[in-house]
Amino acid sequence: MSGGPPVGGVAAVHAGAVVLLAFAFGAVAVRGMAEPGVALAFTVLIALGECVRITLPGDREQAPIGAAGALAYALLGPLRGLPTAHGVLQAVAVTGAGLLLALLPAVALPRGVRRRSRAPWRDRARLDGAARRLLGAGFAAAIFQPLYNSGLVDRFSADGPAYGVFLTVVAALAALCDATLAAVLRRARSGLRFPAALEDELRSLFGIGSAIAATGMLVSLAAGEVGLWALPLFCTPLLLAQVSFRRAAAVRATTGQTIASLAKATEVAGYTPRGHARRVADTACAVGRELGLSTRELALLEYAALMHDVGQLSLVEPVPDGATALLPEEEQRRIARLGSEVIRRTGVPRQVAEQVARLADPWHGRPKADEPAVPLAARIIRVANAHDDLLTAARGRGVGEAVGRLEVLEVLRLGRGRVYDGRVVDALVRVRG
Amino acid sequence: MVRQLRHSAIMRPHAGTAAYPPDGHSPPVARRAERGAGQDGGEVEIATDSGDTDLPTGAVCYLVAVPVAAFCCLLPLLPVPAPAGVPRWLGAPVDWPKVGLLAFLHGCWESLAQGQPTPCRRLLRALLRRPSPPARPPARPLANAFFPVLFAGVLMLAPAAAALVAVPIALLGDTRPECRRRQVWNGAQLALSAFAASAVFHLLAGPQLLLGSRFPAALLPGFAALAAFCLANGVLVGGMLVLAEGRRATVLLRGPAAALGLPVLVHAAGGLMVAVLWQGPYGAFAALLALLPLSISAWVFAQGHRERDAHQATVQALVQAVEIKDAYTRGHSERVGKAAVLIAGQLGMEAERLRTLRFAGILHDVGKLGVATELLRRNGPLDEAERRAVEVHPVHGYELVREIAFLGEAHAAILHHHERMDGRGYPSGLAGEQIPEFARIISVADAFDSMTSTRSYRRGRPVTEAVAELERCSGSQFDPVMVRALVEALAVHDWQPVLPPSDDCIRAVPDIPLGVPEPVRSSPRRVPAQGGNVPTAGPS
Repeated sequence: MSGGPPVGGVAAVHAGAVVLLAFAFGAVAVRGMAEPGVALAFTVLIALGECVRITLPGDREQAPIGAAGALAYALLGPLRGLPTAHGVLQAVAVTGAGLLLALLPAVALPRGVRRRSRAPWRDRARLDGAARRLLGAGFAAAIFQPLYNSGLVDRFSADGPAYGVFLTVVAALAALCDATLAAVLRRARSGLRFPAALEDELRSLFGIGSAIAATGMLVSLAAGEVGLWALPLFCTPLLLAQVSFRRAAAVRATTGQTIASLAKATEVAGYTPRGHARRVADTACAVGRELGLSTRELALLEYAALMHDVGQLSLVEPVPDGATALLPEEEQRRIARLGSEVIRRTGVPRQVAEQVARLADPWHGRPKADEPAVPLAARIIRVANAHDDLLTAARGRGVGEAVGRLEVLEVLRLGRGRVYDGRVVDALVRVRG
Repeated sequence: MVRQLRHSAIMRPHAGTAAYPPDGHSPPVARRAERGAGQDGGEVEIATDSGDTDLPTGAVCYLVAVPVAAFCCLLPLLPVPAPAGVPRWLGAPVDWPKVGLLAFLHGCWESLAQGQPTPCRRLLRALLRRPSPPARPPARPLANAFFPVLFAGVLMLAPAAAALVAVPIALLGDTRPECRRRQVWNGAQLALSAFAASAVFHLLAGPQLLLGSRFPAALLPGFAALAAFCLANGVLVGGMLVLAEGRRATVLLRGPAAALGLPVLVHAAGGLMVAVLWQGPYGAFAALLALLPLSISAWVFAQGHRERDAHQATVQALVQAVEIKDAYTRGHSERVGKAAVLIAGQLGMEAERLRTLRFAGILHDVGKLGVATELLRRNGPLDEAERRAVEVHPVHGYELVREIAFLGEAHAAILHHHERMDGRGYPSGLAGEQIPEFARIISVADAFDSMTSTRSYRRGRPVTEAVAELERCSGSQFDPVMVRALVEALAVHDWQPVLPPSDDCIRAVPDIPLGVPEPVRSSPRRVPAQGGNVPTAGPS
């Protein structure tokens, strides 16, 4: 990308979080701490939760227990039947203290003992997550605490169900706020389109997001009845959910490795030049991001791009340089079909095989009435593959790097609208131009 | 986890309709691997899926008796005064909204945890007249995936009502007709187990202790109820295994012991939490909040299961890619994996390593991808340079799978499966104990299967001849320990050599005498592990 992803959003979010935290610390220092024991318990819970984070698809991080603890403190009304008076700023201060406390192990432990070699303040995903959780907790507290402290909540919804509904509404708003913040941060970090990023975040609200919100509400409700014992007790189900998320992430990583190996098979067998599959996948993903695909679609696109040449294994003799883009169309289709046959048997989602099967279908602008449209992913991979094949061919002719690039883009532009989808070619020009 | 029945005759009225496999398109090896490494603790199943459709008479009676007994358990729900002599709690009035809600929740979350569409979603589709998506088999057909709601029902309801909670999902769960009998039977056995557990809980005065939130004291009846549930469940399922599959009666005891594991304890704790919250001031609302994280973890777990199947299938695809090139080795990789597991089973290897070994066997020749197709398909002899080109395949294979982390020990096995005990093998010329254990196993399994199956250049040999040949070369080429283990395993298990493709093929194949060729050179030069081209010959 020419200018790099915009970072203004990140700076704004981080600055907002730092200012809010400083203000909250100042206010608590001036005013003094209400119920210090309760505050300490929640600080410890949040800090512990921050230490056990999980990775979601698309390089996102979440600290479910930390987030649930922060939400619970923001929504904490009575404790063991007695009213609390911590207010908005103390809720923010406690969340911030928990986040800072979680940095301690990284500072105190020597380098060899730590799992990650990078210092936490250089870890961008972690900083983003922390800023999000701080602002999210501040948002939830800002809705709930004034209403509770002014006695409005008690007057209008003293009995159980109504109070529950009120909590649910606040938690849902907080979750939406968190999703928006996360989408802003992701757009800035990965160059994903904002709607696609927001869609990802809203999707994960149904998964781990709802579990976090439910646990936060449950802990605040139960603390009202049984006191601080509710914290460890009701965070246990979330801990379980976290374990299964980790397991799922490990399985995902394995699938990725296996697919990468399958992609490498054509290279080992001498059908394609070294690194071809990886380069095509990278180009395809960059173009896909530019065209606004969501994380899930990008993951499928990456799988399909990595395995797009598997069908070549059926050829007795390798194509020279593995440049399938330069073969006759009928032969290209045959290879694509054979590849999709292998992929169909691998158990990756069905769309991947479909994308590879349609890879060699040229783009005529509009599909004919009797045949289904060529999937966008197939069109993207077709362009990315041609790009890499032509670039390799240009290098083989001894053309200079910069000249070769321009030449390749020119060739692709010529096929625009006839062989290649114009939108995809334009996106490629923007990304690699 | 709570067990369910998976007997093929119940699940598959017609052999071949493939109702059982965890994933409709997962290949047989993945299925067998899962069964072998997962549920049966590494037990090897040599017999392939044979469609035994007829149940013995005893099993048929049992198949009918359990649902009838479950129906009898539901009788106290009828609004007639209980006859004298029946304990009061058995005929206690039923809180119908609570039963309905629990049954609904159990149904929804059980399908969620199995990775299937929930009943509400199916109803919605039916109302909108959308075509229903292709029915997917449950993610974990062997276990009742989501237990907390059922257990909360056991703790809060009278026995008959608790049994009712398990029923609806059994009747509505899987809509595919071939699963009907299994569904009904499993629902009935779960209902019976819930009834027994709830009865035990009531006998120990659990409900009073739970209502009063008297905590350490209320845990004892709760645990007793859990034990009763697992016992009833294990014995009922074990009974079917004994009657239908002719397993030994020890299954009856092993079943409950296997069911009462950590997962079921954790789920039961979740159920207890739900029950306590339900009876608290916020009622069902708080209970639902506690259920959310639990159900999401179960759902993610089911997704993980599916993806695990998928990645086993992906490994399979790597093998298929090799088999595109070399049709004669079709099925060879799979059989080497099987033979390797047989050997390791005799050595008493643990289940996790068996799994890795099976992958090592399946993938051992994956490096042949890097060898020219023409050389692999060649019938005639190879010259020096060509043989060298074929002999780099272990190195290629290692390069190819090096980055797949879960293969662990299998990496070394793939690289060194052509080493010889006397150090004259390739690629590194390792000798004796220097050769990794897995590689020594794969080497024997590979040679054994090569000799017993028909190749383009010779016919397959009977097992006895192959064993004699292995014994002749044990010590020089093969590890005697592994050869002995294979011989012992073959005495217990049945090995079926592959059937050749057709009679015409057989006639075309020359009848070359059996034998493991000796290396051409007696003292090969040693190369580092990745070096790769020591010219020696071995069975391939």
